[in-house]
Amino acid sequence: MSQKVSVRLTVNGKAYERRVEPRYLLADFLRHEIGLKGTHIGCEHGVCGACTVMIDGRTARSCLHFAAAVDGAEITTVEGLASEDRLNPIQQAFHEHHALQCGYCTPGFLMTVTEFLQRNPSPSRDEIRIALTNNICRCTGYANIIEAVAAAADAMRGQAGRS
Amino acid sequence: MKPAPFEFFAPRTREEVLELLARYGDDARILSGGQSLVPLMNMRIVQPRILISINKCPELSYIRRSDGHLACGALTRQAEAEDSAEVRSACPLLSEAMPLVGGAANRNRGTVCGSMAHADPLAEPPAVAVALEAEMVVGSAGGRRILPAEAFFVSELTNAMAPGEMLEEVRFPARRDARAAFVEIANRQHGFAVVGVAAQLEMDTAGLCRSARLAAIGVGPTPARLRAAERVLEGQAVTDLTLKHVAEAARETIEPVGSFHADAAYRLHMAGVLARRAVAQAMGSGQRGA
Repeated sequence: MSQKVSVRLTVNGKAYERRVEPRYLLADFLRHEIGLKGTHIGCEHGVCGACTVMIDGRTARSCLHFAAAVDGAEITTVEGLASEDRLNPIQQAFHEHHALQCGYCTPGFLMTVTEFLQRNPSPSRDEIRIALTNNICRCTGYANIIEAVAAAADAMRGQAGRS
Repeated sequence: MKPAPFEFFAPRTREEVLELLARYGDDARILSGGQSLVPLMNMRIVQPRILISINKCPELSYIRRSDGHLACGALTRQAEAEDSAEVRSACPLLSEAMPLVGGAANRNRGTVCGSMAHADPLAEPPAVAVALEAEMVVGSAGGRRILPAEAFFVSELTNAMAPGEMLEEVRFPARRDARAAFVEIANRQHGFAVVGVAAQLEMDTAGLCRSARLAAIGVGPTPARLRAAERVLEGQAVTDLTLKHVAEAARETIEPVGSFHADAAYRLHMAGVLARRAVAQAMGSGQRGA
């Protein structure tokens, strides 16, 4: 056992402080210390993308970060996407286009797509495919996920146009 | 799996980082973005006793022009290099290489220097460094030394640094009006390359190639500079015939070894094809085919 260290993180706007071992992964910190189980752990070596969260506003694999090494960061998890009890446009599009079956990979996809559409609000189908290459889904195939992302982009552009 | 226990330091300055490295030597590893190191730690392939995070050293994060160089600090993230207009204008090959490195989530955290230090034979940044004759600035408590990129990359996952040293900066020669392309063949898009070629060209006003820099990955334990192909280009207009000669010359100086994904003959063939494609793409002609 190595000496525990103090880690402070802001997660979905709320401040937390915990003492954990330096080897404690951010993914485990979120799930077991804070109790946010939406961040899923798949491969635990950065390949599957299920554990994707945002660190200071940019996507990152939470299984590839020690909580201690991101001390002081602002983290957004899948639980931070919906407002009140309404799905956000990306979640809504995944729901409507049946872009999930078991749902295990979905939190990671939602985080990846959130950043992708921020940076590219009008993506082509090929750009969507490329953006999704580092998230793995083992149930659906990717056709419905691609549909959902395109629909979410349309919906978000429509919203931006109205406001 | 979970990593083995280690002792953790998060110093705030470069000086403290180097002091810790001097104290712990071979027992210590530097943690920057962690996109190569942490998977190896999670699988317990690597079990450092001491981990020194440089993530709280803002002085190590910069993209800087000076003395004809474009420098990236030890903490400069790949995504920052990818989005940098400065990199795009002074070192377009680095800009072209960045989107091929992992996924966006990896590049948001992974660093340019970290990828160099890891020295994966299929990683793109080392090929950029070798092609452009980058200078690798290696720091220790005793001072700094500069290694040419070709000397820095020793073998697969092996660099020329000694215990107590860290790669604190990579300096690429800054160019004006260079054009570049990085092309790869891979089993799936954005997966690891099987073979790849990096090319950066400078053309004069008469349309002749003033300078050509090419390097290949997937054809040896370190990126291979394709000097014969460069010589074919220099002083010439880039025509279909020149491109044919580029492909032939690219194959002259390499001796790939076959492995799981492709045999030696295929790698040799593709190095030529990709050298030709990289030059054509850099020229903006977008030509394809062998």
